[in-house]
Amino acid sequence: MSQFAINLLFVGASFALYIGIAIWARAGSTKEFYVAGGGVHPITNGMATAADWMSAASFISMAGLIAAGGYSASTFLMGWTGGYVILAMLLAPYLRKFGKFTVPDFIGDRFYSRTARVIAVVCLIVASVTYVIGQMTGAGVAFSRFLEVPSNVGIWIAAAIVFLYAVFGGMKGITYTQVAQYVVLIVAYTIPAVFIALQLTGNPIPMFGMFSTHTESGIPLLQKLDDVVRALGFQDYTGDASSKLNMLLLTLSLMIGTAGLPHVIIRFFTVPKVADARWSAGWALVFIALLYLTAPAVASMARLNLMTTIYPEMSGQVESYDAAANNPIFYEDRPEWIRSWEETGLITFTDKNNDGRIQFYNDANPDFADTEATRGWAGNELVVNNDIMVLANPEIANLPPWVIGLIAAGGIAAALSTAAGLLLAISSAISHDLIKKTINPAITEKGEMRAARISMGGAILLATYLGLNPPGFAAQTVALAFGIAAATLFPVLMMGIFSTRMNSAGAVAGMLAGLVTTLLYLFTYLGWFFIPGTNMLANTPENWLFGISPLGFGPVGALANFAVAFVVSRLTAPPPLEIQQLVESVRYPKGAGLAVDH
Amino acid sequence: MADDKSNAAAYWKANLRLIIGCMIVWALVSYGFGILLRPLLSGIPIGGTDLGFWFAQQGSILTFIGLIFFYAWRMNRIDRKFGLGE
Repeated sequence: MSQFAINLLFVGASFALYIGIAIWARAGSTKEFYVAGGGVHPITNGMATAADWMSAASFISMAGLIAAGGYSASTFLMGWTGGYVILAMLLAPYLRKFGKFTVPDFIGDRFYSRTARVIAVVCLIVASVTYVIGQMTGAGVAFSRFLEVPSNVGIWIAAAIVFLYAVFGGMKGITYTQVAQYVVLIVAYTIPAVFIALQLTGNPIPMFGMFSTHTESGIPLLQKLDDVVRALGFQDYTGDASSKLNMLLLTLSLMIGTAGLPHVIIRFFTVPKVADARWSAGWALVFIALLYLTAPAVASMARLNLMTTIYPEMSGQVESYDAAANNPIFYEDRPEWIRSWEETGLITFTDKNNDGRIQFYNDANPDFADTEATRGWAGNELVVNNDIMVLANPEIANLPPWVIGLIAAGGIAAALSTAAGLLLAISSAISHDLIKKTINPAITEKGEMRAARISMGGAILLATYLGLNPPGFAAQTVALAFGIAAATLFPVLMMGIFSTRMNSAGAVAGMLAGLVTTLLYLFTYLGWFFIPGTNMLANTPENWLFGISPLGFGPVGALANFAVAFVVSRLTAPPPLEIQQLVESVRYPKGAGLAVDH
Repeated sequence: MADDKSNAAAYWKANLRLIIGCMIVWALVSYGFGILLRPLLSGIPIGGTDLGFWFAQQGSILTFIGLIFFYAWRMNRIDRKFGLGE
């Protein structure tokens, strides 16, 4: 069977499974559509949350980011997991006790304010739409690489599949497909990682292999990797970060952003009890960690594999790295996987010094210029896209073709599961918060169901359109989606639970302060509405306010939100008594089972 | 009623105390050991690098899992102790 047929078989089988679930899990009521009936087992929900959370970026790009960034990229590992601690202790149990359907629902009711509800809906839509574009394009890339269709067609196929189970099944259909998608993606991620760990270290568990001895050279793997990259002018893989402030702020931004992202929070509305919401957050992190503990191992091993493929003399016990660096492979002798990835344009080679060999090194390092001149090198000749680290792993390690088929199905599962969660957050905010709670409160249950399905269909079309024609902000998921969730939604949710004194004026002013400061900071360095060339200051560390990178601005926006909300709420009247009682009631688990039937 | 009220207030206080304790550990392993205090831990070697690197890439995640389960378990006991569970 050809590789194409195998890929088609794996992806087709996974799609058949999702469609089967879609037919079985049709939503009959708004409660089923929004929160899967509220009876999902905490472990099941943990698994669905893991798939909901782990996007195309986690599956395809994260290991490549770590491979390129080394220690500094640990930000993503800590940032995208640490948010669950905040969620489990500061948000999920109380929002579950509140027992409504959406995140703006809590903000609107708790702050007894239509304005607060609408601002929350706007923030939710901006964050979720930015996020969903990446999932659509991610699915498109996976389709075009593995199924030989243009990525446009891939995006349409992905949209059609999501349409089937999200429009008919709502949260119920999404929950059970996410469970299936989790299984597909974790198996696809782990198998190649285990083989590579075995090949490089003899240890079958990647997370341990990473810290053990590299078999070929007899020294620890990470030390070996440091030696190899140093000889080629790159920064030490385990070397310290250049700005600890930005590493800290970006990590914090990702953590509180994670906790404030509506598509994650609404997953915790589906479990039966408050205690289940706490346990479920723990299970979610266990399932997430299965991938997140493997990712740094994949990153370091794939980087070492890549380097020693180009410089074979560096792989064993090396007497002189300088001598080994002079003998990279000839372009003619490059392995098959480099050839096949060259066709996609994700690997490119230019023989700058015309010696027929591949010089792959860091030509941007001024301290390396002397070595470069002595060796007769005329610039880096190989450009490798980070995303290849996971996608090409099976080929680099010479694994059988079915593993490649599995990676194809896994990458698409990661993109679809996250897309569906985001689309539900968007469509429920429209049908429940805008239509039912703001525009037409008299709408019937049946009418709201129809509105929910139409909003879902509309959201899918919008996501598809934006996936086909990505706007300037599409590449800004980290800055925009996490920045907004961190600076607007997270603080206001937290204050709604932990402060009985916080009132509607405070919440509205706080959200606006967080939103405006964050957007202004992003627009200053990244361009107005992210249009290239319209930025007022160059996006370089010298220009940043107190040296804070736009990516790490979320916590500063959150601080502005907290501060403004505090001051405004003290200057205005306290919330009415029944709201203070509502805050009291969300703090105590007793009675959550009833609260959902509102 | 007054008893109910003071009971509820005591419950909330116990919850806050537990949260603060957990959040200190949360910050210590990630922002502390993983980022700011890494130079202090550089003397403790682990598999070709130092303990700070391990905390940044694996240790913090493992600690986070432990923290959530610890919190869920303790809160269940607190729920029961104050009679406010479900």
